[in-house]
Amino acid sequence: MNRPVAAPTRNGRVKLPGHVLDVTAPLALDCGVELAPYTIAYQTYGKLNADRSNAILVCHALTGDQYVAEPHPVTGKPGWWDILAGPGKVLDTNRYFLICANVLGGCMGSTGPAEINPATGEPWGLSFPVITVADMVRAQKQLLDHLGIKQLFCVTGGSMGGMQVLQWAASYPERVFAAVPIATAARHSAQNIAFHEVGRQAIMADPEWCSGNYQPQNRNPSRGLAVARMAAHITYLSEAALHRKFGRNLQDRNALTFGFDADFQVENYLRHQGITFVERFDANSYLYITRACDYFDLAAEHGGALANAFRGCPTRFCVISFTSDWLYPTRESREIVHALNAAAANVSFVEVATDKGHDAFLLDEPELHATLRGFLDGCAQHRGLPGA
Amino acid sequence: MSMDARNFNPPSQLRGDLRLVGSMIEPQTRVLDIGCGDGELLYYLVHSKGVDGRGMELSQSGVNSCVRHGLSVIQGDADNDLEDYPSDAFDYVVLSQTLQATRKPREVLLNLVRIGRHAIVSFPNFGHWRIRMGLLIAGRLPSTPLLPYPWHETPNIHLCTIRDFALLCRDEGIRVEKSVSLDRFGRPYTRALANLMAEQGLFLLSRAR
Repeated sequence: MNRPVAAPTRNGRVKLPGHVLDVTAPLALDCGVELAPYTIAYQTYGKLNADRSNAILVCHALTGDQYVAEPHPVTGKPGWWDILAGPGKVLDTNRYFLICANVLGGCMGSTGPAEINPATGEPWGLSFPVITVADMVRAQKQLLDHLGIKQLFCVTGGSMGGMQVLQWAASYPERVFAAVPIATAARHSAQNIAFHEVGRQAIMADPEWCSGNYQPQNRNPSRGLAVARMAAHITYLSEAALHRKFGRNLQDRNALTFGFDADFQVENYLRHQGITFVERFDANSYLYITRACDYFDLAAEHGGALANAFRGCPTRFCVISFTSDWLYPTRESREIVHALNAAAANVSFVEVATDKGHDAFLLDEPELHATLRGFLDGCAQHRGLPGA
Repeated sequence: MSMDARNFNPPSQLRGDLRLVGSMIEPQTRVLDIGCGDGELLYYLVHSKGVDGRGMELSQSGVNSCVRHGLSVIQGDADNDLEDYPSDAFDYVVLSQTLQATRKPREVLLNLVRIGRHAIVSFPNFGHWRIRMGLLIAGRLPSTPLLPYPWHETPNIHLCTIRDFALLCRDEGIRVEKSVSLDRFGRPYTRALANLMAEQGLFLLSRAR
C-alpha cells in the first residue's frame, strides 16, 4: 500500500509522502461510468484508538490536498490547515486520528485526469469521466472501509470540503457522528458556476491546453490556469480585506507608468497567486473539480427538498459561515440549517464576524477555532471519547 | 474534562424563574429553548436532567457562547424560524422572557404548542401594581428590573398581563396545564391577586388535542 506516488508539476513529477490505496472493485460514478481500478492518495495524523472511534475525516477544498498539517511536498509551505490541525490544536492529533484524502479527479496522487489511464497507458486527459462531489465521497468511503472505520467521529471541511461533509451526512448518516460544514452551501449558486466558467474558459483559451491533450506534448496551459486562479482568488477575499491589504498602493514605484505592467500591489499579488498556483496544480484537474462543484445540488438529489437529504439523520451538525463571505454567503448556510431543523436534526449554527471573506476558514479566526473546539469537546463527551 | 461549568452557575444558583422552568421539565426528554441567551438553562437541563437540548438565540454572541459550551444552538428568532420545525418535534419548547419581544406573539404561541408536546412560557406581568402605579402616579412608562429599557429603546413591543395571556390561551384553545406567578425574586407567588402582585407569569401549556 505504500508504493510511491508522484504529482505532476511544472518541474516534472514530485514524489509524494503519505499513503495510497489501490482499489480494483469498480466505483459506480454518477455519470454512469464504472471507474476501475482507481487510486486514493491520503495522509493521516495522530493515532487511531482501539475501538476506531476517534477518526476525523478532513475534506479539502477545490485546490487543497491531503497535506493538512505538514509542509506541502511541492511548495514547502505549511499544511493548509496547519493553524487548526496538530498536537494540542483544535483538531488535536493527540486525541484524534485525522485522515485527509486527495479527492477523486485531483492531482496529488489520487486518480484524476493527469494520471495514466491503465487501459491506454496514456494520461486520461479529457477522457477521464466527469466526477461529482458524491463520487468523491463514495471513493472516501472505500478508504474508510479499508481502514476499518465504521463510524467517523467527525467530518469537516470548508468550501468544497463542506460540500463533501454535507454529502457524507446525506449518503452515509450512520457513519458520521458529527459534521462541521464550513463556509459552504447545499448547492452551487449561479454566481459560483459563473466564476468557475470564467476559470475554465481561461484554461481552454490557452493554446497550450491543446484540447486537454497537453501532457503527451509536454506542454502546459499555465497562463490560462494562472488567470483562472487569479479570478477565483478574488472571490475568496472580500472588498474590505483587499482594501485593507492593498488599497491603491503602488508596487515598487512612486508613480503610475501609463502602461500595463503591475502598477498596483493588488495586481502584483494576484499575478503571484497565479504563478505559484500553476507550479502545483494541473489544469485539467481544475476543470474537473470545478465541474464537480457546479453539479452539486443536494436538494435536487432528494426530490427538490433539502430536508429530505437529512431525514432521520443521527449526526450532530455544526454549520459555520462568515459575515464577509460573498462566495458562500451566510444565507446559504442558513438554508442548510433550516433544512436540518425541518428534519429535526441536531444542529448548531454560528456566523463568525470577520472581514476576511471566504478564505477566513483557512485563517487565524479565534471565534471559528473556539466554536470548533467547543463543538468537538461536546461531541467527544457524547461519544465517550476522553477529554483533552 | 473540558466540559467543566466554565462561567455557568451551579444548578443551586440558577436564576429563580429558570429553576422553576427546569422543575417543569421531565428528565431525558427533548427540549427546545428559544431565546436561550448564553445557554444557562440549557446547560443546566443537559447536564442535570440529561435532556436532549437544542437552543435558538437571536444574538450571535449568545449563540457562539452556547456552541463553545458544547450546546446545540442556532442563530434565529421566534418570529421567523419556528415554521421550519416539524410538529411534535420536542417534548418541551421553552420561551423564557421573550414573548413580549416578538412581532407576532399569537403566531409564536401557536407554533410553540405545535412544535412541542408542551410549551413553557414566561413573561413580565404588565399588570403588576408597580407598573400600574408608575403610569397612574408618575405618568411615566414603567422601568423595572424585568423591563429596564426606556420607551424609545425597548425591544418589548407586545407586553401583556397575566390575565391577558390566560385569555389568549383560552381563545386559541391552548390548554393551561399549570400556571405559576412569580414575585420579584423569581419565587412562586401563591397568595391572592396574582395579576396585581406578581412580577412574572409562568405557564405550562399544551395544544388541545
